Amino acid sequence: MCIKRVPDTEARIRVAPDGSAIDPAGAKSIVSPYDEFAVEAALRVKEAVGAGEVTVVTLGEPSSAEQLRSALAMGADRALLLTGDTGQDGLATARVLSDELADREASVLLFGVKATDDDQQQVGPMVATLLDRPCVTAVSEFAIEGTQAICHREVEGGVEIVEVDLPAVLTITKGPHEPRYASLKGIMAAKKKPFEEKAAPPTQGRIEVERLEAPPERPAGRVVGQGPEAVPELVRLLHQEAKVL
Amino acid sequence: MNDVLAVVEQRDGTLRGVSYEVVSAAAELGAGLGGDAHVLGLGGPGFASVAGKLGQYGATRVRVGEHESLASYAPETHAAAVAAAVEEGEYSAVLFAGTSQGKDLAPRVAALLDVPLATDVTALDVEGGAPVAVRPVYAGKAFARVRSKASPFMASIRPNVFESEKQESDTAIEMFSPPIVAARIRVREFRAASGGEIDVSEASVVISGGRGMKDPDQWGVLEDLRDAIGDGAALGASRAVVDAGWRPHGEQVGQTGKTVSPKLYFAIGISGAIQHLAGMRTAGTIVAINKDADAPIFKVADYGIVGDLFEVVPRLAQEIRALRGG
Repeated sequence: MCIKRVPDTEARIRVAPDGSAIDPAGAKSIVSPYDEFAVEAALRVKEAVGAGEVTVVTLGEPSSAEQLRSALAMGADRALLLTGDTGQDGLATARVLSDELADREASVLLFGVKATDDDQQQVGPMVATLLDRPCVTAVSEFAIEGTQAICHREVEGGVEIVEVDLPAVLTITKGPHEPRYASLKGIMAAKKKPFEEKAAPPTQGRIEVERLEAPPERPAGRVVGQGPEAVPELVRLLHQEAKVL
Repeated sequence: MNDVLAVVEQRDGTLRGVSYEVVSAAAELGAGLGGDAHVLGLGGPGFASVAGKLGQYGATRVRVGEHESLASYAPETHAAAVAAAVEEGEYSAVLFAGTSQGKDLAPRVAALLDVPLATDVTALDVEGGAPVAVRPVYAGKAFARVRSKASPFMASIRPNVFESEKQESDTAIEMFSPPIVAARIRVREFRAASGGEIDVSEASVVISGGRGMKDPDQWGVLEDLRDAIGDGAALGASRAVVDAGWRPHGEQVGQTGKTVSPKLYFAIGISGAIQHLAGMRTAGTIVAINKDADAPIFKVADYGIVGDLFEVVPRLAQEIRALRGG
């Protein structure tokens, strides 16, 4: 399964004055939250099946080792760090990962539905397409039944229950199970687990970021009033001024 | 060669509203590039009669692929069909809807064609003869201006951001016979959510509830407001109430939920944590209802009412019904 190091979602994001990058000052890094749901899902399936191994993979800067260690501390069995940078080009990321993963016989390949930094939401289905494996996106829960995975998939207006033959690629969204905390024992054990690091083949991302901008400031709003008596004025403003009702 | 292809979306044979936005965005981008906008619509038998009306939104050519296997969305089947249409047409840009379906489809097409993809763009320009897109990153805490070094330029557009505009044009409707690739995912069953038919990320009005709702059994007041507003309205939720198990994750607005850009957003009993604000700050008009006058949500809200939501919201539903009735 694949994860990514991202800035904490509770952090403010500051754009460097020249617009070239995010100012990293003060922002702590975490495992992208959806990837954490994916780690939890992988561990639960391993526990339910009673066999198998969870390998956690990332492509990123060397400091991403920290996030792999977090996943190992949660209970993953081994880690692979591919050092490299593909920027916002999810397809370049997907190529590096699919080349690496093609020969590993993972019956289920898991991704978070999206990383909370680039928000591109594309690497999972791209890897699946490149590997010619079926892919179910936005899975909140899944179970293995024989040679297939049964997935709950979040779609507009409800949940689809879908089945897919293994090997398959699934992208995981928030589900009913909170990611577990690493125990002290888990953290200690993680230090002894197999950890492989190697450089990714050099890749040129083809999405060029010209510049980053802070979001436009919203003009200061106004408090229309207190309590239900203010409602008629609010409705008038929404109808006549904002013209949204 | 400078044409733009708009890939539109249907459900049960009816065009999704966002399709008009995709066609209008394609028409505008095409004009900037010196080309035309074409539409690609895939659906079951008879879909051509539905897709044809997209010509009124600025497309010169509507290409329709009809097949039983295309009636409902099947990822591999649709992706192969779209990829074939893009290859045939030599487009300079291809636009998708940034819906959950579009975000499932577009990456597969991009990988089949070996072309990178920009997701969820909120603005499109032409600079130096090439498309430039603005897209939110960090759930809208920052925006990136991006270009693609590959052709065609491929992007999905965020729903509710691009205006759809009717305009006269001579439109040719053409049938397209895509290759049919067998689906590998089987849908066993569909369970409808209580929140309503429209997804929060596509709704034109979103009514979100937070911890101030106090109890999951109180959601009736928000449902009543949604029903008063009617078409296009959907319920949303803050992370706190989703984490508490009060509401399904599908409704969560924020950095670990959905980023939304409705025309009107109601934040009800929501204090306004950074990660929530990131998910909704691009809404057209924001209304906050909260009993705490110091809640950060009032800093981003266009209009606020300080008060007990259980008194304010029912009155709001009543006044909106009165407005609609009159």
